Amino acid sequence: MIDIKKVKDFLGHYDGPDMNIMEVCGSHTAAITKLGIQSLLSPHIHLISGPGCPVCVTPSAYVDKLLQLAEAGRCIVTFGDLIRVPGSASSLSIEKGKGARVEMVYSPMDIIKMAKSEPETEFIFAAVGFETTTPVYALLLEQLMTEHIKNVKLLTALKTMPPVIAYLCAHDAPVDGFLAPGHVSVVTGSDIFIPIAEKYNMPFGVAGFSGEEILTAICGIVKSKGFGRVMNFYPSVVSAKGNIKAQKIVEKYFTTVDAAWRGIGVITASGLGLREVFAAYDAGSMPLVEDKKSNQSCKCDKVLMGKISPPACPLYAKMCTPLNPQGACMVSSEGSCYAYYSSGKK
Amino acid sequence: MEKIMCVALPGKVIKMNDKEALVDFNGNRVTARAGLVDVKPGDYCLVHAGCILQKVLPDEAADLTELMKEMEAFS
Repeated sequence: MIDIKKVKDFLGHYDGPDMNIMEVCGSHTAAITKLGIQSLLSPHIHLISGPGCPVCVTPSAYVDKLLQLAEAGRCIVTFGDLIRVPGSASSLSIEKGKGARVEMVYSPMDIIKMAKSEPETEFIFAAVGFETTTPVYALLLEQLMTEHIKNVKLLTALKTMPPVIAYLCAHDAPVDGFLAPGHVSVVTGSDIFIPIAEKYNMPFGVAGFSGEEILTAICGIVKSKGFGRVMNFYPSVVSAKGNIKAQKIVEKYFTTVDAAWRGIGVITASGLGLREVFAAYDAGSMPLVEDKKSNQSCKCDKVLMGKISPPACPLYAKMCTPLNPQGACMVSSEGSCYAYYSSGKK
Repeated sequence: MEKIMCVALPGKVIKMNDKEALVDFNGNRVTARAGLVDVKPGDYCLVHAGCILQKVLPDEAADLTELMKEMEAFS
């Protein structure tokens, strides 16, 4: 049993060296701000948000490609939070308002029914996400093949978490420990972070999403400062090796590719793309690396690297709000800026 | 169900039908794909984007006592 009172006492009264702890999961960002976790911590423990929201790290060239496909008469199918992400000149939301066909779904599998009912229409699923979501796209591909459905393609911008964490560590991100992403770890297993933990003497705490789970993991990370270790505080769903069946089906359909991260740039081998043998299901994903800011003053890149907090951006809460996002971090409810803004921090 | 990414919720499998499971989330029942992990009625599971991602272990199988003891040793 966790003695949560003891955990809170420790974190509230901690007076050791300052520690920056980065979370790299959109749901952690949202939970931390919603639950007011920072207010329970001593002033020596700082929580910062990293590149954990898949929507926020999707480059503008990807959105531009979706817009092109929509203009050419395709039906774009996506999770709801992607539609407001700015491309270099517009967004899916704006184009939908002008008549483009953009459908929002709860699950990628929903596209199957759509495709069957309109065999003359080509449907494009905007396949963004981390290791948590990629197995779902693999199941979708399996079903498309089983049912011989030919009018669905994926435009992929799939990312993997360990390479971007290693990139942050190698590029002096001001981080002393990571709150490891709970749902990514369900698929990958917690052991996947061991090489980075050991190389950079960095503690990782795999955490669930309740206040108690997050606080306990933060406590473990603070106590382990300077030690390269991975602690699994979410064992009800996370194992050391993860979901092997999910990993295998991902490997069947996808292969490692270089990927562009909005605001950061291209990181070698940090993404997944469809294997060549399944190229018939690809809507043209590979060359989408360009990333133009819709507003040059936008500091999403520094926010994503943990170098500034959202209010340090000159646009934050002024020109950039959830109703009028200038950068991707203000778009998704799991983006750092949106989460900050919605918790009332101005 | 929210139409945003990343959300994953625990629910209870009510019944199975080939590759699909009916999952109960505090009274809301949703159909989820079951190809990524073997589940049966009565199991608790984590659902993400319409698919069952993992079984949820019962509390006694997900004990943190050892890890907490280890943490004490670090402080």
